[in-house]
Amino acid sequence: MNDLLLGLVGFGIIFLSTALLGGLVALRRKSSPVFREIPAFTRLRQAIGRVVEDGTRLHVSLGRGALATPQSASALAGLVLLRRLAELTSAGDQPPIATSGDAALAILSQDTLQTGSQASAQGAYDPTAGRLTGLTPFSYAAGALPAICDENISTNVLIGNFGVEVGLLAEAAERANTFTLAASDNLTAQAVLFASVQEPLIGEELYAAGAYVDAGPLHAASLTVQDILRWLIIVVILVGALLKLTGIL
Amino acid sequence: MKFKGVLPTVIAIAFGILVLAGYFFGHNADGTLSLLGELQLIILNVAVILAGFAVLVGICNLLLVHTKKIRDKQKGARYSSILIITLVVTFLLGLLAHYIPTAASLFSDAFKFIQLPIETSLMALLVVTLTYASIRLLRRHLNLLSVIFLITAWLILVGMAPWPFLGDVPFLSDTLRPIIAQIPATAGARGILLGVALGTLTTGLRILFGSDRPYGGKNG
Repeated sequence: MNDLLLGLVGFGIIFLSTALLGGLVALRRKSSPVFREIPAFTRLRQAIGRVVEDGTRLHVSLGRGALATPQSASALAGLVLLRRLAELTSAGDQPPIATSGDAALAILSQDTLQTGSQASAQGAYDPTAGRLTGLTPFSYAAGALPAICDENISTNVLIGNFGVEVGLLAEAAERANTFTLAASDNLTAQAVLFASVQEPLIGEELYAAGAYVDAGPLHAASLTVQDILRWLIIVVILVGALLKLTGIL
Repeated sequence: MKFKGVLPTVIAIAFGILVLAGYFFGHNADGTLSLLGELQLIILNVAVILAGFAVLVGICNLLLVHTKKIRDKQKGARYSSILIITLVVTFLLGLLAHYIPTAASLFSDAFKFIQLPIETSLMALLVVTLTYASIRLLRRHLNLLSVIFLITAWLILVGMAPWPFLGDVPFLSDTLRPIIAQIPATAGARGILLGVALGTLTTGLRILFGSDRPYGGKNG
Protein backbone atom coordinates (compact mmCIF):
# COMPACT_ATOMS: atom_id res chain seq x y z
CA MET A 1 0.00 0.00 0.00
CA ASN A 2 2.85 2.32 0.93
CA ASP A 3 4.61 1.59 -2.37
CA LEU A 4 1.40 2.24 -4.28
CA LEU A 5 0.90 5.57 -2.49
CA LEU A 6 4.51 6.62 -3.11
CA GLY A 7 4.17 5.60 -6.76
CA LEU A 8 1.02 7.67 -7.13
CA VAL A 9 2.66 10.70 -5.47
CA GLY A 10 5.69 10.33 -7.79
CA PHE A 11 3.47 10.02 -10.84
CA GLY A 12 1.45 13.05 -9.68
CA ILE A 13 4.60 15.17 -9.28
CA ILE A 14 5.88 14.20 -12.74
CA PHE A 15 2.46 14.83 -14.32
CA LEU A 16 2.18 18.23 -12.58
CA SER A 17 5.71 19.23 -13.59
CA THR A 18 5.08 18.20 -17.21
CA ALA A 19 1.86 20.21 -17.34
CA LEU A 20 3.54 23.23 -15.75
CA LEU A 21 6.53 23.07 -18.11
CA GLY A 22 4.29 22.84 -21.18
CA GLY A 23 1.99 25.62 -19.92
CA LEU A 24 4.84 27.98 -19.03
CA VAL A 25 6.59 27.52 -22.37
CA ALA A 26 3.32 28.30 -24.19
CA LEU A 27 2.69 31.38 -22.01
CA ARG A 28 6.20 32.76 -22.29
CA ARG A 29 6.61 32.37 -26.01
CA LYS A 30 6.52 36.14 -26.53
CA SER A 31 8.18 37.47 -23.37
CA SER A 32 11.71 36.95 -22.10
CA PRO A 33 11.96 35.87 -18.44
CA VAL A 34 13.93 37.80 -15.82
CA PHE A 35 16.07 35.87 -13.30
CA ARG A 36 17.83 36.91 -10.14
CA GLU A 37 21.46 37.70 -10.77
CA ILE A 38 23.96 34.94 -10.02
CA PRO A 39 27.40 36.64 -10.15
CA ALA A 40 29.10 33.39 -11.20
CA PHE A 41 27.26 33.34 -14.54
CA THR A 42 27.95 37.03 -15.18
CA ARG A 43 31.66 36.39 -14.63
CA LEU A 44 31.48 33.26 -16.78
CA ARG A 45 30.23 35.35 -19.71
CA GLN A 46 33.13 37.77 -19.20
CA ALA A 47 35.58 34.86 -19.02
CA ILE A 48 34.17 33.38 -22.24
CA GLY A 49 34.73 36.75 -23.91
CA ARG A 50 38.35 36.65 -22.77
CA VAL A 51 38.78 33.08 -24.11
CA VAL A 52 37.76 34.29 -27.58
CA GLU A 53 39.83 37.49 -27.43
CA ASP A 54 43.02 35.96 -26.00
CA GLY A 55 43.02 32.84 -28.16
CA THR A 56 43.11 30.68 -25.03
CA ARG A 57 41.08 27.58 -24.30
CA LEU A 58 37.99 26.64 -22.32
CA HIS A 59 38.00 23.43 -20.28
CA VAL A 60 34.76 21.81 -19.12
CA SER A 61 35.01 18.89 -16.72
CA LEU A 62 31.81 16.87 -16.52
CA GLY A 63 32.54 14.70 -13.49
CA ARG A 64 31.85 10.98 -13.33
CA GLY A 65 28.07 10.68 -13.15
CA ALA A 66 27.29 7.41 -14.93
CA LEU A 67 24.34 7.70 -17.29
CA ALA A 68 22.41 4.80 -15.78
CA THR A 69 22.44 6.38 -12.30
CA PRO A 70 20.49 9.32 -10.78
CA GLN A 71 23.76 11.32 -10.79
CA SER A 72 23.52 11.52 -14.58
CA ALA A 73 21.20 14.55 -14.32
CA SER A 74 24.04 16.82 -13.23
CA ALA A 75 26.21 15.47 -16.06
CA LEU A 76 23.41 16.09 -18.56
CA ALA A 77 23.06 19.66 -17.24
CA GLY A 78 26.82 19.96 -17.76
CA LEU A 79 26.48 18.75 -21.36
CA VAL A 80 23.88 21.45 -22.05
CA LEU A 81 26.30 24.06 -20.71
CA LEU A 82 29.16 22.52 -22.74
CA ARG A 83 27.09 22.75 -25.93
CA ARG A 84 26.23 26.39 -25.32
CA LEU A 85 29.79 27.34 -24.33
CA ALA A 86 31.17 25.53 -27.39
CA GLU A 87 28.86 27.67 -29.54
CA LEU A 88 29.84 30.87 -27.69
CA THR A 89 33.57 30.17 -28.08
CA SER A 90 33.25 29.04 -31.69
CA ALA A 91 34.79 32.33 -32.89
CA GLY A 92 37.95 31.59 -30.88
CA ASP A 93 41.20 30.11 -32.15
CA GLN A 94 41.15 26.97 -30.04
CA PRO A 95 38.18 24.63 -29.54
CA PRO A 96 37.13 23.83 -25.96
CA ILE A 97 38.09 20.55 -24.35
CA ALA A 98 35.91 18.36 -22.16
CA THR A 99 37.11 15.79 -19.64
CA SER A 100 35.00 13.20 -17.85
CA GLY A 101 35.29 10.16 -15.61
CA ASP A 102 32.63 8.04 -17.27
CA ALA A 103 33.02 6.44 -20.68
CA ALA A 104 29.47 7.03 -21.93
CA LEU A 105 29.68 10.64 -20.77
CA ALA A 106 32.95 11.06 -22.68
CA ILE A 107 31.27 9.82 -25.86
CA LEU A 108 28.39 12.26 -25.34
CA SER A 109 30.85 15.10 -24.73
CA GLN A 110 32.55 14.29 -28.06
CA ASP A 111 29.19 14.37 -29.80
CA THR A 112 28.33 17.67 -28.09
CA LEU A 113 31.66 19.24 -29.08
CA GLN A 114 31.24 18.00 -32.65
CA THR A 115 27.83 19.68 -32.87
CA GLY A 116 29.26 22.82 -31.25
CA SER A 117 32.13 22.91 -33.74
CA GLN A 118 29.67 23.11 -36.64
CA ALA A 119 28.87 26.65 -35.46
CA SER A 120 32.52 27.69 -35.73
CA ALA A 121 34.03 29.44 -38.73
CA GLN A 122 36.70 26.74 -39.07
CA GLY A 123 34.16 23.94 -38.55
CA ALA A 124 37.04 21.64 -37.60
CA TYR A 125 36.37 19.01 -34.99
CA ASP A 126 39.16 17.50 -32.91
CA PRO A 127 38.20 13.96 -31.78
CA THR A 128 40.62 14.23 -28.85
CA ALA A 129 38.82 17.27 -27.42
CA GLY A 130 36.30 15.07 -25.55
CA ARG A 131 38.33 12.86 -23.25
CA LEU A 132 37.90 10.05 -20.79
CA THR A 133 40.62 10.76 -18.23
CA GLY A 134 40.09 7.91 -15.76
CA LEU A 135 37.50 5.52 -14.42
CA THR A 136 38.12 5.85 -10.68
CA PRO A 137 37.63 9.17 -8.82
CA PHE A 138 41.30 9.97 -8.32
CA SER A 139 42.50 8.61 -11.67
CA TYR A 140 39.89 10.85 -13.29
CA ALA A 141 41.22 13.85 -11.34
CA ALA A 142 44.85 12.93 -12.05
CA GLY A 143 44.08 12.59 -15.76
CA ALA A 144 42.28 15.94 -15.91
CA LEU A 145 45.10 17.86 -14.16
CA PRO A 146 47.44 18.03 -17.20
CA ALA A 147 44.58 19.44 -19.27
CA ILE A 148 44.14 22.28 -16.75
CA CYS A 149 47.86 23.00 -16.39
CA ASP A 150 49.39 22.40 -19.84
CA GLU A 151 46.84 23.27 -22.51
CA ASN A 152 46.65 27.07 -22.43
CA ILE A 153 43.38 27.05 -20.46
CA SER A 154 42.05 30.37 -19.18
CA THR A 155 38.57 29.26 -18.05
CA ASN A 156 37.62 26.07 -16.23
CA VAL A 157 34.03 24.94 -15.75
CA LEU A 158 33.69 21.98 -13.39
CA ILE A 159 30.08 20.85 -13.56
CA GLY A 160 28.63 17.41 -12.82
CA ASN A 161 28.92 14.68 -10.23
CA PHE A 162 32.20 14.88 -8.32
CA GLY A 163 33.46 13.66 -4.97
CA VAL A 164 36.24 15.14 -2.85
CA GLU A 165 38.69 14.66 -5.74
CA VAL A 166 37.30 17.88 -7.22
CA GLY A 167 39.49 19.67 -4.65
CA LEU A 168 42.57 18.64 -6.67
CA LEU A 169 41.07 20.03 -9.88
CA ALA A 170 40.07 23.28 -8.13
CA GLU A 171 43.55 23.68 -6.66
CA ALA A 172 45.21 23.09 -10.06
CA ALA A 173 42.90 25.67 -11.65
CA GLU A 174 43.72 28.16 -8.88
CA ARG A 175 47.46 27.61 -9.36
CA ALA A 176 47.12 28.08 -13.11
CA ASN A 177 45.47 31.42 -12.30
CA THR A 178 42.38 30.68 -14.37
CA PHE A 179 38.72 31.62 -13.89
CA THR A 180 36.90 28.66 -12.34
CA LEU A 181 33.18 28.08 -12.05
CA ALA A 182 32.25 24.86 -10.28
CA ALA A 183 29.08 23.01 -9.35
CA SER A 184 28.25 19.53 -8.15
CA ASP A 185 25.17 17.64 -7.02
CA ASN A 186 27.22 15.97 -4.28
CA LEU A 187 27.09 17.63 -0.83
CA THR A 188 30.69 16.84 0.11
CA ALA A 189 31.94 18.19 -3.20
CA GLN A 190 29.88 21.36 -2.70
CA ALA A 191 31.59 21.94 0.64
CA VAL A 192 35.01 21.37 -0.95
CA LEU A 193 34.16 23.72 -3.82
CA PHE A 194 32.85 26.41 -1.49
CA ALA A 195 36.26 26.47 0.19
CA SER A 196 38.43 26.21 -2.89
CA VAL A 197 36.83 27.86 -5.93
CA GLN A 198 36.25 31.50 -6.91
CA GLU A 199 32.71 30.90 -8.16
CA PRO A 200 30.98 27.91 -6.58
CA LEU A 201 27.35 27.15 -7.41
CA ILE A 202 25.37 25.72 -4.50
CA GLY A 203 22.49 23.23 -4.71
CA GLU A 204 20.09 23.59 -7.58
CA GLU A 205 22.04 26.50 -9.13
CA LEU A 206 23.82 23.79 -11.12
CA TYR A 207 20.58 23.02 -12.98
CA ALA A 208 19.97 26.72 -13.67
CA ALA A 209 23.08 26.94 -15.85
CA GLY A 210 21.17 26.32 -19.10
CA ALA A 211 18.68 29.11 -18.38
CA TYR A 212 21.48 31.60 -17.60
CA VAL A 213 23.34 30.90 -20.85
CA ASP A 214 20.18 31.06 -22.98
CA ALA A 215 20.07 27.36 -23.87
CA GLY A 216 16.35 27.44 -24.71
CA PRO A 217 12.86 28.39 -23.48
CA LEU A 218 12.35 25.12 -21.60
CA HIS A 219 15.33 25.94 -19.39
CA ALA A 220 13.72 29.18 -18.27
CA ALA A 221 10.40 27.40 -17.68
CA SER A 222 12.23 24.70 -15.69
CA LEU A 223 13.39 27.30 -13.18
CA THR A 224 9.82 28.50 -12.60
CA VAL A 225 8.59 24.91 -12.23
CA GLN A 226 11.32 24.26 -9.65
CA ASP A 227 10.22 27.37 -7.72
CA ILE A 228 6.55 26.31 -7.76
CA LEU A 229 7.43 22.78 -6.60
CA ARG A 230 9.70 24.20 -3.90
CA TRP A 231 6.82 26.27 -2.51
CA LEU A 232 4.58 23.19 -2.62
CA ILE A 233 7.17 21.24 -0.62
CA ILE A 234 7.43 24.08 1.91
CA VAL A 235 3.64 24.08 2.36
CA VAL A 236 3.58 20.27 2.74
CA ILE A 237 6.39 20.39 5.34
CA LEU A 238 4.68 23.17 7.31
CA VAL A 239 1.26 21.49 7.21
CA GLY A 240 2.85 18.17 8.20
CA ALA A 241 4.64 19.80 11.14
CA LEU A 242 1.43 21.51 12.21
CA LEU A 243 -0.56 18.27 12.05
CA LYS A 244 2.15 16.49 14.02
CA LEU A 245 2.16 19.25 16.64
CA THR A 246 -1.59 19.08 17.06
CA GLY A 247 -1.47 15.27 17.34
CA ILE A 248 -3.56 14.63 14.20
CA LEU A 249 -0.72 12.76 12.46
CA MET B 1 14.86 19.42 -38.48
CA LYS B 2 16.62 16.90 -40.68
CA PHE B 3 15.74 13.18 -40.55
CA LYS B 4 19.24 12.47 -39.21
CA GLY B 5 18.43 14.61 -36.18
CA VAL B 6 14.82 13.44 -35.77
CA LEU B 7 15.46 9.70 -35.58
CA PRO B 8 17.74 9.66 -32.49
CA THR B 9 15.42 12.13 -30.77
CA VAL B 10 12.33 9.98 -31.43
CA ILE B 11 14.15 6.81 -30.28
CA ALA B 12 15.49 8.52 -27.13
CA ILE B 13 12.11 10.00 -26.18
CA ALA B 14 10.26 6.71 -26.85
CA PHE B 15 12.69 4.64 -24.78
CA GLY B 16 12.77 7.29 -22.04
CA ILE B 17 8.98 7.25 -21.75
CA LEU B 18 8.90 3.43 -21.74
CA VAL B 19 11.45 3.23 -18.91
CA LEU B 20 9.66 5.94 -16.92
CA ALA B 21 6.28 4.24 -17.39
CA GLY B 22 7.87 0.97 -16.28
CA TYR B 23 8.56 2.50 -12.85
CA PHE B 24 4.87 3.31 -12.29
CA PHE B 25 3.07 0.54 -14.19
CA GLY B 26 5.76 -2.15 -14.14
CA HIS B 27 3.90 -4.59 -11.89
CA ASN B 28 0.55 -6.35 -12.15
CA ALA B 29 -1.85 -6.47 -9.19
CA ASP B 30 -0.46 -9.91 -8.20
CA GLY B 31 3.09 -8.51 -8.03
CA THR B 32 4.37 -10.09 -11.25
CA LEU B 33 6.09 -8.02 -13.94
CA SER B 34 3.76 -6.44 -16.48
CA LEU B 35 4.66 -6.05 -20.16
CA LEU B 36 5.95 -2.52 -19.40
CA GLY B 37 8.04 -3.87 -16.51
CA GLU B 38 9.59 -6.52 -18.76
CA LEU B 39 10.29 -3.95 -21.46
CA GLN B 40 11.91 -1.67 -18.89
CA LEU B 41 14.13 -4.53 -17.70
CA ILE B 42 15.21 -5.37 -21.27
CA ILE B 43 15.98 -1.72 -22.09
CA LEU B 44 18.00 -1.25 -18.90
CA ASN B 45 19.94 -4.47 -19.56
CA VAL B 46 20.78 -3.29 -23.08
CA ALA B 47 21.88 0.06 -21.57
CA VAL B 48 24.24 -1.78 -19.20
CA ILE B 49 25.75 -3.78 -22.10
CA LEU B 50 26.18 -0.58 -24.14
CA ALA B 51 27.85 1.10 -21.14
CA GLY B 52 30.36 -1.80 -21.12
CA PHE B 53 31.17 -1.18 -24.78
CA ALA B 54 31.41 2.54 -24.02
CA VAL B 55 34.28 1.77 -21.63
CA LEU B 56 36.19 0.11 -24.50
CA VAL B 57 35.52 3.14 -26.71
CA GLY B 58 36.62 5.40 -23.84
CA ILE B 59 39.89 3.50 -23.46
CA CYS B 60 40.53 3.81 -27.22
CA ASN B 61 39.94 7.56 -26.79
CA LEU B 62 42.46 7.63 -23.93
CA LEU B 63 45.01 5.87 -26.16
CA LEU B 64 44.32 8.29 -29.01
CA VAL B 65 44.75 11.36 -26.78
CA HIS B 66 48.07 10.17 -25.35
CA THR B 67 49.41 8.88 -28.70
CA LYS B 68 48.74 12.33 -30.13
CA LYS B 69 50.60 13.89 -27.20
CA ILE B 70 53.65 11.71 -27.87
CA ARG B 71 53.49 12.27 -31.64
CA ASP B 72 53.27 16.07 -31.23
CA LYS B 73 55.97 16.02 -28.48
CA GLN B 74 53.68 17.97 -26.17
CA LYS B 75 54.51 18.75 -22.56
CA GLY B 76 54.24 15.59 -20.44
CA ALA B 77 54.71 13.24 -23.40
CA ARG B 78 56.97 11.05 -21.22
CA TYR B 79 54.09 10.40 -18.85
CA SER B 80 51.85 9.60 -21.80
CA SER B 81 54.27 6.89 -22.93
CA ILE B 82 54.33 5.43 -19.40
CA LEU B 83 50.52 5.47 -19.40
CA ILE B 84 50.31 3.64 -22.73
CA ILE B 85 52.86 1.00 -21.72
CA THR B 86 51.15 0.31 -18.37
CA LEU B 87 47.74 0.31 -20.01
CA VAL B 88 48.80 -2.30 -22.58
CA VAL B 89 50.56 -4.43 -19.94
CA THR B 90 47.59 -4.32 -17.54
CA PHE B 91 45.17 -5.05 -20.39
CA LEU B 92 47.18 -8.10 -21.44
CA LEU B 93 47.45 -9.28 -17.83
CA GLY B 94 43.68 -8.91 -17.48
CA LEU B 95 43.10 -10.96 -20.64
CA LEU B 96 45.53 -13.70 -19.56
CA ALA B 97 44.31 -13.73 -15.94
CA HIS B 98 41.62 -16.31 -16.77
CA TYR B 99 44.14 -18.78 -18.22
CA ILE B 100 47.44 -18.21 -16.36
CA PRO B 101 47.41 -18.03 -12.52
CA THR B 102 50.63 -15.95 -12.41
CA ALA B 103 49.02 -13.35 -14.68
CA ALA B 104 45.99 -13.24 -12.38
CA SER B 105 48.20 -12.65 -9.36
CA LEU B 106 50.23 -9.95 -11.16
CA PHE B 107 46.99 -8.30 -12.30
CA SER B 108 45.65 -8.07 -8.75
CA ASP B 109 49.08 -6.98 -7.43
CA ALA B 110 49.16 -4.12 -9.95
CA PHE B 111 45.96 -2.84 -8.42
CA LYS B 112 46.94 -3.51 -4.79
CA PHE B 113 50.52 -2.23 -4.90
CA ILE B 114 50.41 0.48 -7.56
CA GLN B 115 46.97 1.97 -8.09
CA LEU B 116 45.68 1.77 -4.52
CA PRO B 117 48.74 3.42 -2.88
CA ILE B 118 48.81 6.15 -5.53
CA GLU B 119 45.12 6.95 -5.05
CA THR B 120 45.59 6.92 -1.26
CA SER B 121 48.50 9.37 -1.65
CA LEU B 122 46.28 11.65 -3.70
CA MET B 123 43.70 11.50 -0.91
CA ALA B 124 46.40 12.50 1.58
CA LEU B 125 47.47 15.32 -0.72
CA LEU B 126 43.87 16.48 -0.75
CA VAL B 127 43.98 17.05 3.02
CA VAL B 128 46.83 19.54 2.58
CA THR B 129 45.10 21.12 -0.42
CA LEU B 130 41.84 21.62 1.48
CA THR B 131 43.57 23.03 4.54
CA TYR B 132 45.36 25.54 2.33
CA ALA B 133 42.10 26.35 0.50
CA SER B 134 40.34 27.00 3.83
CA ILE B 135 43.07 29.41 4.83
CA ARG B 136 42.67 31.27 1.53
CA LEU B 137 38.87 31.28 1.75
CA LEU B 138 38.62 34.52 3.71
CA ARG B 139 40.98 36.26 1.32
CA ARG B 140 38.82 35.18 -1.62
CA HIS B 141 35.32 35.74 -0.20
CA LEU B 142 35.32 37.89 2.90
CA ASN B 143 31.66 37.60 3.88
CA LEU B 144 29.43 36.27 6.64
CA LEU B 145 28.88 32.89 4.93
CA SER B 146 32.62 32.21 4.69
CA VAL B 147 33.12 33.11 8.36
CA ILE B 148 30.25 30.80 9.42
CA PHE B 149 31.64 28.03 7.17
CA LEU B 150 35.11 28.25 8.70
CA ILE B 151 33.92 28.51 12.31
CA THR B 152 31.57 25.54 11.85
CA ALA B 153 34.29 23.44 10.20
CA TRP B 154 36.70 24.33 13.01
CA LEU B 155 34.18 23.48 15.76
CA ILE B 156 33.31 20.13 14.18
CA LEU B 157 36.98 19.22 13.66
CA VAL B 158 37.97 20.15 17.20
CA GLY B 159 34.90 18.37 18.57
CA MET B 160 35.67 15.16 16.66
CA ALA B 161 39.44 14.96 17.07
CA PRO B 162 40.83 12.49 19.66
CA TRP B 163 42.95 14.91 21.71
CA PRO B 164 45.97 13.44 23.55
CA PHE B 165 45.51 13.25 27.36
CA LEU B 166 42.16 15.00 27.04
CA GLY B 167 40.09 12.70 24.82
CA ASP B 168 36.93 14.64 24.16
CA VAL B 169 36.59 18.39 24.64
CA PRO B 170 33.95 18.99 27.31
CA PHE B 171 30.72 20.63 26.05
CA LEU B 172 32.06 20.91 22.48
CA SER B 173 32.33 17.16 21.77
CA ASP B 174 29.26 15.94 23.60
CA THR B 175 26.81 18.85 23.24
CA LEU B 176 27.67 21.51 20.69
CA ARG B 177 29.03 19.28 17.88
CA PRO B 178 26.00 16.92 17.85
CA ILE B 179 23.65 19.93 17.89
CA ILE B 180 25.45 21.53 14.91
CA ALA B 181 25.64 18.24 13.01
CA GLN B 182 22.10 17.08 13.66
CA ILE B 183 20.07 20.30 13.42
CA PRO B 184 21.43 23.12 11.22
CA ALA B 185 23.74 20.90 9.12
CA THR B 186 21.09 18.22 8.50
CA ALA B 187 18.42 20.84 7.75
CA GLY B 188 20.72 22.61 5.28
CA ALA B 189 21.75 19.35 3.64
CA ARG B 190 18.12 18.29 3.20
CA GLY B 191 17.26 21.68 1.71
CA ILE B 192 20.10 21.40 -0.80
CA LEU B 193 19.16 17.80 -1.64
CA LEU B 194 15.53 18.82 -2.25
CA GLY B 195 16.76 21.51 -4.65
CA VAL B 196 19.00 18.97 -6.39
CA ALA B 197 16.06 16.52 -6.68
CA LEU B 198 13.86 19.20 -8.26
CA GLY B 199 16.67 20.09 -10.68
CA THR B 200 17.09 16.41 -11.55
CA LEU B 201 13.35 16.11 -12.22
CA THR B 202 13.21 19.07 -14.62
CA THR B 203 16.42 17.98 -16.38
CA GLY B 204 14.88 14.55 -16.99
CA LEU B 205 11.67 16.12 -18.30
CA ARG B 206 13.59 18.37 -20.70
CA ILE B 207 15.28 15.29 -22.15
CA LEU B 208 11.91 13.52 -22.47
CA PHE B 209 10.55 16.62 -24.25
CA GLY B 210 13.51 16.44 -26.64
CA SER B 211 14.61 19.94 -25.64
CA ASP B 212 18.03 18.80 -24.37
CA ARG B 213 19.63 16.40 -26.82
CA PRO B 214 23.02 15.26 -25.57
CA TYR B 215 23.01 12.51 -28.21
CA GLY B 216 23.32 14.85 -31.22
CA GLY B 217 21.37 17.62 -32.87
CA LYS B 218 20.89 21.14 -31.60
CA ASN B 219 19.18 21.86 -28.31
CA GLY B 220 15.83 23.48 -28.71
